[in-house]
Amino acid sequence: MIVIQSLIDAISLGAVYALAALGIGLTFSIMRLINFAHGELIMIGGYTLFLLAGQPYLVMGVAAILVVTIAAFGMERLAFRTLRGANPTTLLIASFAVSYFLQHLVLLIFGSRPTGVDFLSTLNQSIEFGGLRIPLLQLAAIIVTGLAMAGLSLFFSRTDAGIQMRAAAEDFTMARLVGVKANRVIAIAFGLSGILASLVSLYLVTQTGTVTYKMGVSMVLIAFVASVIGGMGSLVGAALGGFIVGVVSVLLQTYLPVDLRSYRDAFVYLLFIAFLLWRPEGLMQRRADRERV
Amino acid sequence: MGGQASQRDTGMLKVASVLIVILVALAALASLGAPAFQRTATEAVIKLVAVVGMSIFIGNSGVSSFGHVSFMAWGGYLSALLTMTPQKKSVMLDLPDVIELIHLPWPLAMPIVCLLAALGALAIGYPLMRLKGIALPMATFAVLAITYVVALNWRSVTGGRQALVGLPLFTTLWVAVAAAAVTIIAAALYHRSRRGLLLRCSRENETAAAATGVDVSRERLVAFVISAFFVALAGMLFAHLLGTMTANTFYLDLTFVTLAMLVVGGPRSLTGACTGVLLVSAVQEIFRSIERGFDLGPMTVSAPPGLQEIALALILLLILIARPDGVMGDRELDAGRLLCRFRGRAPPLSKHPQSED
Repeated sequence: MIVIQSLIDAISLGAVYALAALGIGLTFSIMRLINFAHGELIMIGGYTLFLLAGQPYLVMGVAAILVVTIAAFGMERLAFRTLRGANPTTLLIASFAVSYFLQHLVLLIFGSRPTGVDFLSTLNQSIEFGGLRIPLLQLAAIIVTGLAMAGLSLFFSRTDAGIQMRAAAEDFTMARLVGVKANRVIAIAFGLSGILASLVSLYLVTQTGTVTYKMGVSMVLIAFVASVIGGMGSLVGAALGGFIVGVVSVLLQTYLPVDLRSYRDAFVYLLFIAFLLWRPEGLMQRRADRERV
Repeated sequence: MGGQASQRDTGMLKVASVLIVILVALAALASLGAPAFQRTATEAVIKLVAVVGMSIFIGNSGVSSFGHVSFMAWGGYLSALLTMTPQKKSVMLDLPDVIELIHLPWPLAMPIVCLLAALGALAIGYPLMRLKGIALPMATFAVLAITYVVALNWRSVTGGRQALVGLPLFTTLWVAVAAAAVTIIAAALYHRSRRGLLLRCSRENETAAAATGVDVSRERLVAFVISAFFVALAGMLFAHLLGTMTANTFYLDLTFVTLAMLVVGGPRSLTGACTGVLLVSAVQEIFRSIERGFDLGPMTVSAPPGLQEIALALILLLILIARPDGVMGDRELDAGRLLCRFRGRAPPLSKHPQSED
């Protein structure tokens, strides 16, 4: 029973991590940007919910998705468009700066203390099923992630924009040469990663019931780990990496000796380093990324 | 050719000595200021130690590290274990007797702390430096996160979530200046050494360097260990300036500030690293004083907290957009040319080919 219970925990946590890692992976695959400020998109979603607290849940949720998506577009337009073509490390440091900027802007406006927000708190109840206790939120996370992934794969296989994005991820210069518009695919990548970020913030706010200006940081670090494990730039890899990190976290949580449990994240990062030494290029490497001399 | 190379080599030491003279002059000015200002200046000089230490690795290798602040944390915590009185340790921590009884004077503890941190860096750097591309910076992120989680939870050694208080306060402005001088000289010596040159080769073209026989991983490891030594020194000084240690002091915010200093000034140049610390510290202090509030006629104007960080982030972004190589780029300070310009004479032809590109 414990095995099935932790399996469900693992899948639902993995689902959330996968959403976050996909958000990171989308912008990386197109423009080689590891977006540290993705965490602040998650935070913006949280504060949108906070500002609209008391409205119907549907209004709050839709507004959060819209605001975060617009914020993602704005982030691209104002900060990252001017840096296009810079090397990945410069982009990473720039996204670090954007993240720091947004965090302290929110700190300036809302203060540093965590604030309570009621959003879909009924989802924190559990249903009993054959001796298992399954929190509704976990079910919701699995279902929403499933839908988001189905939507993404339809988008990438069936729509013109999706196919152009895949082409751009494979070889950006070549794609531009055959007529893919750079601004358009990059904007779409940011928009999609904004939507994914907003879903993560809905989950986080429901789960914790609070928002703080640093709420996105730990999630984005986990998403980094997940997307690197999957192989930077591969979306399937990012999703897979998210699930792997989720499963490993839950396994550590369940099977670590009690006095080591608070070190769970340290073990996750340690395993991550070990994994990197084994496979520095991640599980799924894109052909275009292989070093050619 | 050989003569030119050796001239360039003494050039780096000249740069270092001019930088140290400027540092001492600024510190002497700061020591005339109010105690609060002296403290700010001390903090800035400590960050100078950290940033110059970081630049030994980041500047010469061209590889960004997000994990160097963990060496500051190691330095601080190790030093706390070695220099705090046994009574204080027994109250706050839960240590084995052997460690609890250690009570060293700080000048003795300092080299021990830095060496231990460098050994630790050797242990983690040995596997990590084999990584290539973006995997290496990401792994250094993981090092930072591991240090943070361990510091936050290892209650018996680090104090855990509670602040560790009661570290002896020995860091004065001049102690920090002395440490900074040593660090600058070390960075210059490494820069002009054969190893430094080999590592910079790999920065310009990793594949070509490897093809000509440079063991890139090994050269990176050497720089990583040296740089950890000095960053740990900065951490130790910082801990003994604050008198307290918390895990949060040495996490993402400090990583951001130190990286910003390095990038703003220009990681490829020693002068750049120092300039960055000066510029960013000045901006921080200006905005901090605005946050504290100032009198404007009959009323006091003050800005809400957070403004300083926002300004810093914007400056870093603007620098990254307008001058991705930092304010200094590849250039170093050249005292001779500067003097000539002062006297209104045309500077002689450059002795340093690298400063002309």
